[in-house]
Amino acid sequence: MKRYTIPRVGTKLLLPLILLFALYVQFHGDYGPGGGFQAGVIFGAGFILYALIYGLDNARRLMPPWVLRIGVSLGVLIYAGVGLLGPLLGGQYLDYAVLDARDPAHGQHLGILWVELGVGITVSSVMVTIFYAFAGRGR
Amino acid sequence: MQILGHFNYWIFIVLMMCGFYMVIASDNLIKKLVGLSIFQTSVFILYISMGKIIGGTAPIVIDKAAVYSNPLPHVLILTAIVVGVATTSLGLALVVRIQEAYGTIEADEILAQDRDDSP
Amino acid sequence: MAVAAIRLRDLFAVVMLFGIYSFVSASLFVVLDAVDVAFTEASVGAGVSTVFMLGALALTASKEKPKSARKTLLPLLAVTVTGLALVYGTWDIPAYGDPANPIHHHLVQRFIEDSPEEIGIPNIVTSVLASYRGYDTLGETTVVFTAAIGVLLLIGGARRPPSGQDDAR
Repeated sequence: MKRYTIPRVGTKLLLPLILLFALYVQFHGDYGPGGGFQAGVIFGAGFILYALIYGLDNARRLMPPWVLRIGVSLGVLIYAGVGLLGPLLGGQYLDYAVLDARDPAHGQHLGILWVELGVGITVSSVMVTIFYAFAGRGR
Repeated sequence: MQILGHFNYWIFIVLMMCGFYMVIASDNLIKKLVGLSIFQTSVFILYISMGKIIGGTAPIVIDKAAVYSNPLPHVLILTAIVVGVATTSLGLALVVRIQEAYGTIEADEILAQDRDDSP
Repeated sequence: MAVAAIRLRDLFAVVMLFGIYSFVSASLFVVLDAVDVAFTEASVGAGVSTVFMLGALALTASKEKPKSARKTLLPLLAVTVTGLALVYGTWDIPAYGDPANPIHHHLVQRFIEDSPEEIGIPNIVTSVLASYRGYDTLGETTVVFTAAIGVLLLIGGARRPPSGQDDAR
């Protein structure tokens, strides 16, 4: 892909928009369609596009596999950790209402935001990890 | 109306049977996986179409709308799609390993090799 | 689209058709009011899943071997019988889009009526996903996590030198 100018320039133009859109989907999921799963996939797809156009080595420099391995487990840990905050603050597991003592609905909102963040981190890392595995096998 | 009311189930059945046929009739492992994914998508369509209410709108609360389609199947299928792609890629990884070990991804050739290896 | 995917032997075309099929079903989900699902299907099915399948194709063969007509007859029979049995079963299922269907009367009423006050966010799908069915989603996230570990274990490491067996690549 090194010789083709149009895909390279096009990717450069599109990539920030894709990543920004992923973040929008992630944090606007409470109000419109979207959420952690979709945002994770879009974020991962952005990196996969970069790896397709600029080569696997550049992508590995940009997003090293060890970061991804941390990300894969970090997301699940965030989810389970937010769940654990429930019993610690005197509620039930995965009950977000206790996160804000004065306003349960706000606590729920907060909990959902964190949980979706965990889902997003895991899903995006998983997608890029799987892509690296397939692409790295071919050489 | 009574007959057309089951149209969505027939679409689902036709798609499901296409996927089913691909799984059992083709020996190629990747084609089997594509068939399995089509099977999966047909089940998604079944769930989502069950949740639809004619005249309803997407389940995002706004003041003007009164009737919402059923959000519960949406939630189930949303997670199922992402889990589906993860498991499909696990299957593809297995296929890649099989290709490396046997040099083929046709199920009957793999079976033949196994029979030759273990008399 | 799916029928064409069955007939074709070129696996590249099959995978591409599957991507298009995913996109078509995503637009069908929009029609059926499931915007969140359509979003996911469009990004997963038409995007990432196609890339993964192409990646697997690059590592394996891209053509399917032809097979005899006799071998396709039995599966065709099995599929037809199963399909007809399912069509017979649909007569007992309530009709499409009817608000009186039983699926719309358990549990969902409460989600639609109470979730704006209890959770405070407008998207019911998100609130059910992350709060009411939090355990379920935690499980799904763990499944995705486990799948990634599995892929890494299977093909993540460096390739070992071929051990005697001839490699068709």
